[in-house]
Amino acid sequence: MRILIRNGRVIDPATNRDGKYDLLIEDNKIIEVSEKIDTDADKIINADNLWVMPGLIDMHVHLREPGFEHKETIETGSKSAARGGFTSICPMPNTNPPIDNEFMVEYIKVKAEREAIVNILPVGAITKGQLGEEMSNIGNMAAAGIVALSEDGKSVMNANLYKKAMIYSKNYNLPILAHCEEKSLAGKGVINAGSKALELGLSGISNDVEDIITIRDIILAESTGARLHLCHLSTEGAVRFLKEAKQRGVLVTAEVCPHHFALTVDDITGYDTNYKMNPPLRNRNDVDAILEALKSDIIDVIATDHAPHHEYEKNTTMDEAPFGIVGLETAVALTITELVDKGIITPMQMATKMSFNPAKILGINKGTLSEGSIADVVIIDPNFVGTVEPEKFASKSKNTPFKGRSIKGRVNYTFVSGIVVYDVANE
Amino acid sequence: MWNYKDFIGIKNLTKEDIKHILDLSFEMKQQMINDKAREIKQTRGNMTTLFFENSTRTKHSFYMAGQNIGLRVTDLAIGTSSVQKGESLMDTLQTIDSMGTDIIVMRHSESGSQEFAARNCKASIISAGDGTNEHPTQALLDAMTILDKKGSFEGLKVTIAGDILHSRVAKSNLYLLNKMGAKVTFTGPTTLVPKAITQMGAKVCYDLKESVKDADVVMGLRIQMERQNSGAFPDLREYNKTYGIDGAIFDYAKKDAILMHPAPVNWGVELDRSLFTAPYSVISEQVTNGVAVRMAVLYMIMEYRNNRK
Ligand SMILES: [Zn+2]
Repeated sequence: MRILIRNGRVIDPATNRDGKYDLLIEDNKIIEVSEKIDTDADKIINADNLWVMPGLIDMHVHLREPGFEHKETIETGSKSAARGGFTSICPMPNTNPPIDNEFMVEYIKVKAEREAIVNILPVGAITKGQLGEEMSNIGNMAAAGIVALSEDGKSVMNANLYKKAMIYSKNYNLPILAHCEEKSLAGKGVINAGSKALELGLSGISNDVEDIITIRDIILAESTGARLHLCHLSTEGAVRFLKEAKQRGVLVTAEVCPHHFALTVDDITGYDTNYKMNPPLRNRNDVDAILEALKSDIIDVIATDHAPHHEYEKNTTMDEAPFGIVGLETAVALTITELVDKGIITPMQMATKMSFNPAKILGINKGTLSEGSIADVVIIDPNFVGTVEPEKFASKSKNTPFKGRSIKGRVNYTFVSGIVVYDVANE
Repeated sequence: MWNYKDFIGIKNLTKEDIKHILDLSFEMKQQMINDKAREIKQTRGNMTTLFFENSTRTKHSFYMAGQNIGLRVTDLAIGTSSVQKGESLMDTLQTIDSMGTDIIVMRHSESGSQEFAARNCKASIISAGDGTNEHPTQALLDAMTILDKKGSFEGLKVTIAGDILHSRVAKSNLYLLNKMGAKVTFTGPTTLVPKAITQMGAKVCYDLKESVKDADVVMGLRIQMERQNSGAFPDLREYNKTYGIDGAIFDYAKKDAILMHPAPVNWGVELDRSLFTAPYSVISEQVTNGVAVRMAVLYMIMEYRNNRK
């Protein structure tokens, strides 16, 4: 099987290509990228005015399986990923039971093998049961194929245990994906602390909730030499600490989610629970700091924190509703609309932050369109103009605050190992 | 003219809406206190009280108000219901709604629960307080009391002391008094009076005497025991010494100032016991006005429903 993608704008950070190229896929590999490929193919795709990027990699998703299959499954989550242009996604371990030993990792891998249409790269919990009491089976999970460690949903509050896990993880060269939240300060907060919370009578989550653990984790990364990756960074302070740590050579990277650069706390309308996520939507100055850090590459990665919840779970009060929104199928459009179109980042930076850097941080051989590599490819139409339509999502859940929002850009094709897993023509 | 299905907050009301309710409230009160019970405006319909937080007084006030205007009043006793067994708010609301009540008077510990109920019920929702969001009938009865004593809101200085951060009463009062032309000053410990509330149009002052100076109205708020336990201040003794209102503090206010409190009072904490019989205290009138205001609101909502049938 040969697929020829003609005349697209190939944007590939690994080879530093950005220009008009033809790209030829044979079976599961990219076999040629050059200005003109004259050859027969089983399928020829005209990519005039389209972007051809290495398949996107989302380091931060929640697939809810096992335990919460009413929200999402490995199968539906992978379809949502394919529709969003993602060819590899990393499910967080906060399932029920959590992914904290090699048997659970095997379970995810077997399910993925059978049902997923994109690559599923599991993340293992740092502590058993994510209870923050004992180290999980990090070594066994590494052998079973996890790509990172995370306690996502919370922080390991016991600094001694956390530090030991960081040191232990070094032997397996696994990055620590850190959700930074000081639990006692966060209290029962549901949105950003400040005048909006006061007005609505809701408990607030202040910036220091995130800042304190961010700086703690940076200090521990520095003292242990472990690789730290900050998840869903949302505050001006965290950006400042990150920048300063990078300047000193600490092994730290960071991701930001589209909602944290596309929205502020002032966008929250009434008690709409689709605006409840953790970390919460912050103030303008926080968003401005994030935009600046995306531009200057202080922030390495754009990840979605795709957090599906069933409608009945979100249709309640702000206090009762679970945190989180879906993100896989809006990430490309929001990134183009809010960052690329506004001149904050280039298309090359987009490919770097959504594919090349995640691969590098996870230490996987992906995120590239170089000849001979596995054909994980996405074709994006950056000029498409439309609105966010949750009813079309492939995800089981539709919990998004972006419903009806005008956006630019969409995914036309997604290929995983040379196979078309999404084609916009089939919508 | 009232044009909303529900009554869940002051924030979105106009000055005219508020005047309309207050006029009707005074009318209701006249009939009520002059023992002309047979002349009280009557309506027909069902009303269910649904109190997820205990409040014997407020519930009883609504109960009386509903009966005074001819409603058939029932209570869903949360303490003995399946709500205790983890039934969701949505389930409870849908159950009552399906039974066909006209009005649900609800109190709930979560902010926004009234809006949620209004969105999901055919019945009219009347708020008896939600979380730290609003307690609209309390603000109305306070306004009625102030108007009765002062004749107008224009330019009045209203000082409210206590736990402003967690007070739905303070917020509903702020919305209402701002709309009507009075000026609100909040005072209390820095942990309980956030500076950010100035963005909602209040003055903030952490010195009690300074706050009370030249006030027309001084209102104490109930200090909840949980606040002390949450570490917002050391203990009730210290709170009373710093922010407790007594006769000496009251001397800083205007000569004809009135003392208000949403009740029940923690005597010896936010108010000194000596104020129990103070001539400038209007606390018991607030209670009477509470019934009148609730009669007005219930009547108004029933009129709206009947006109739409
Ligand atoms: Zn997280």
